[in-house]
Amino acid sequence: MTRIVSKRKLSDEVFRLEVEAPLVARERKAGQFVIVQADEDFGERIPLTIADADPARGSVVLVFQTVGASTHALASKSVGDPITLLGPLGNPTHIERFGRAVCVGGGIGLAPLHPIVGALKAAGNEVTVIAGARTRELLVMQDELAALADELIVVTDDGSAGRKALVTEPLKELCSAKPDIAVAIGPPIMMKFCAETTRPFGVKTLVSLNTIMIDGTGMCGGCRVAVGGETKFVCVDGPEFDGHLVDWDGMMSRLRSYKRQEEEAHHKCHLEEQIAGAAR
Amino acid sequence: MSETKISLGKDELDRRARDALKGLADLRAEGREPSPRDRLGLPVQDMPCQDGRERSRNMFEVAEGYGEAQARLEAERCLMCRNAPCVQGCPVRVDIPGFIAKIREGDFPTAARVIKRTNLLPSVCGRVCPQESQCQANCTVGKSLKSVDSAVQIGRLERWVADTERACGACDLPDVGSASGKRIAVVGSGPAGLTTAIDLRREGHEVVVYEAFQKAGGVMVYGIPEFRLPKSLVAMESSLLAEMGVRYELNFLVGRTRRLGALLAEDGFDAVFIGAGAGLPKFMEIPGENLVGVFSANEYLTRANLMKAYDRQRAATPIYPSRRVAVLGGGNVAMDSARMALRLGAEEVHVLYRRTREEMPARAEEVGHAMEEGIVFDFLTSPTRVIGDKDGRAEALEILSYALGEADASGRRSPVAIRGSERVEGFDTVIVAIGNESNPLLARTSPDLRIDRRGHILVDDKQKTSIDRVYAGGDIVLGAATVILAMGEGRRAAAAINELLA
Repeated sequence: MTRIVSKRKLSDEVFRLEVEAPLVARERKAGQFVIVQADEDFGERIPLTIADADPARGSVVLVFQTVGASTHALASKSVGDPITLLGPLGNPTHIERFGRAVCVGGGIGLAPLHPIVGALKAAGNEVTVIAGARTRELLVMQDELAALADELIVVTDDGSAGRKALVTEPLKELCSAKPDIAVAIGPPIMMKFCAETTRPFGVKTLVSLNTIMIDGTGMCGGCRVAVGGETKFVCVDGPEFDGHLVDWDGMMSRLRSYKRQEEEAHHKCHLEEQIAGAAR
Repeated sequence: MSETKISLGKDELDRRARDALKGLADLRAEGREPSPRDRLGLPVQDMPCQDGRERSRNMFEVAEGYGEAQARLEAERCLMCRNAPCVQGCPVRVDIPGFIAKIREGDFPTAARVIKRTNLLPSVCGRVCPQESQCQANCTVGKSLKSVDSAVQIGRLERWVADTERACGACDLPDVGSASGKRIAVVGSGPAGLTTAIDLRREGHEVVVYEAFQKAGGVMVYGIPEFRLPKSLVAMESSLLAEMGVRYELNFLVGRTRRLGALLAEDGFDAVFIGAGAGLPKFMEIPGENLVGVFSANEYLTRANLMKAYDRQRAATPIYPSRRVAVLGGGNVAMDSARMALRLGAEEVHVLYRRTREEMPARAEEVGHAMEEGIVFDFLTSPTRVIGDKDGRAEALEILSYALGEADASGRRSPVAIRGSERVEGFDTVIVAIGNESNPLLARTSPDLRIDRRGHILVDDKQKTSIDRVYAGGDIVLGAATVILAMGEGRRAAAAINELLA
């Protein structure tokens, strides 16, 4: 059991929590994730990628969007509240001096992209970041990314910030100059289309999968996904895979396993928030 | 077979036992001790159980436990063999005649103390040990009556002693030696880890138990269901360790949160015991296995047990809504999964097993209980693929029938597929319970740790691994085994570590 050190609301649906975790802050590497649980007895265990870590402060930063009951429960926590956290989990990103790298982050995926961009830069790569979101307020970690990247291209679906485009448009343009590696982190559908965009150019594309998990240590197999026709466990074999080999449709249907229950829970959370809001 | 027996209620069973005890008391009043012949004539005491249909829809414990008269009468059945063959059958060598004698004398606290000299988890072991293939298999009474079912019911007595002690609220703790100044890290808080921790702590060593989950107990909390092993008992027995001074570090994954090597080199531990458990669930490797609605037994049971998904009002972890469930496999975990699915609201649950009832690795008692609850057994069948709907959800299995062929060298008759027997049957949920492979994490992050080709950690006869001062035991060494075998390995490892640090 650990504690929340600081909390910031980045937008209506996006929260940044800094959590006390000295060992995780020291051991974690780019690409790894943690499992958190808002309540030890009845909370759900959910995987969240590490957005940042400060070994000196002994803390890690998690950025997440409220999509269901469990993320709402996390968002309702205050500074000083206890929280359960296990990590760092998964394999670190394979980092080397590739040359030129294009990193695509969609919405909340920009948070886990941040340490990878940092590690790629530290290894001597030239890094272009494409930051995309539905709308301006969902673009997170812009300052941090701008400080690291050689170039930051911003796109939004509605044109409220940067170019009005999908991330795949600038990605395709950059592909003609044949980058040495691409990294895409975001909603599965975005990662799928990024992989489809780079495929004809033969640009190796790493993606980071965020599947349903319970233990995060290999025991449940709930996170399994077909990669190149073989079943892999995201928690111990991933979370990063070659995006050209991932069975995206299978993965996305597994993510929808509990869709009905989640929608009911999410609806209930919003009602409760509204009632609480009305009461104030 | 147990499922055909008419079962009596707990009160009636205890009343009958009281009458039989009176007979013995009358005998003794005449100055005669019951002869072995008299003892062999005493009836085996049945375990009172919740009614099959009723319990199949609740999470309460199936077996209700003996009353005092039943326990005392069952204790009278023991012949107190001088060579105690039952003890030889116990992996942790509980002094079985010793505690049974104390039940007979009516000295129940001492009975508990005798058990706890070698086993600090009697509530657990009394419930989940396969006694029929261990202590009770060797019992002279069973042998004389030519049936292992007629052996003295040692497990039921062990459970009764533990439950009685707990009900009195007076649990004795083992003595802890004076501080040795030595520190040991125990990886995993399942039966192997806890047994090791206790034996090390007794010697006065400082012991830290690392557990990846948010609760201590390993398979006893995530795997074995509430209706077979109430979680409050596991919590109570694991809290005894904390009272002895064992420290728990929960939410800590050795290999990731901290490397194995760092525990020894930087964190000042003098030795490490690895009892990390079995790890990765096996799948059938048939098409369609990644469809929605297909689960490993580990996932299904962890959701239901550790994450309490059965408590739909309070638990945030969802459980898949099932109507028709197929459980693949024939072991205890398959029985647990099937019975859990029924309790979670499934209309019909089938167990698909490639051989027949005789070859099932599950305990006969568990199979009997599952049958009483209405689980359907499809013997000599195995699926060849899972069929999904347009949304990627499982909706049916293609199933192949088998026949038993000739016995192989090991005497086991292997199943042979009957060609052309494929049929399709509707199932919306499939639970795969065919065992586990070893978790690769520790070996990957500690390259010096030698493993066999199936990923199990290699140990010598003292449970020592290829790394000095690192020992291992339980399922990570044995593959999927039982609680008590894991405890036996833990005990052996603790003895070796105690010797090393002496």
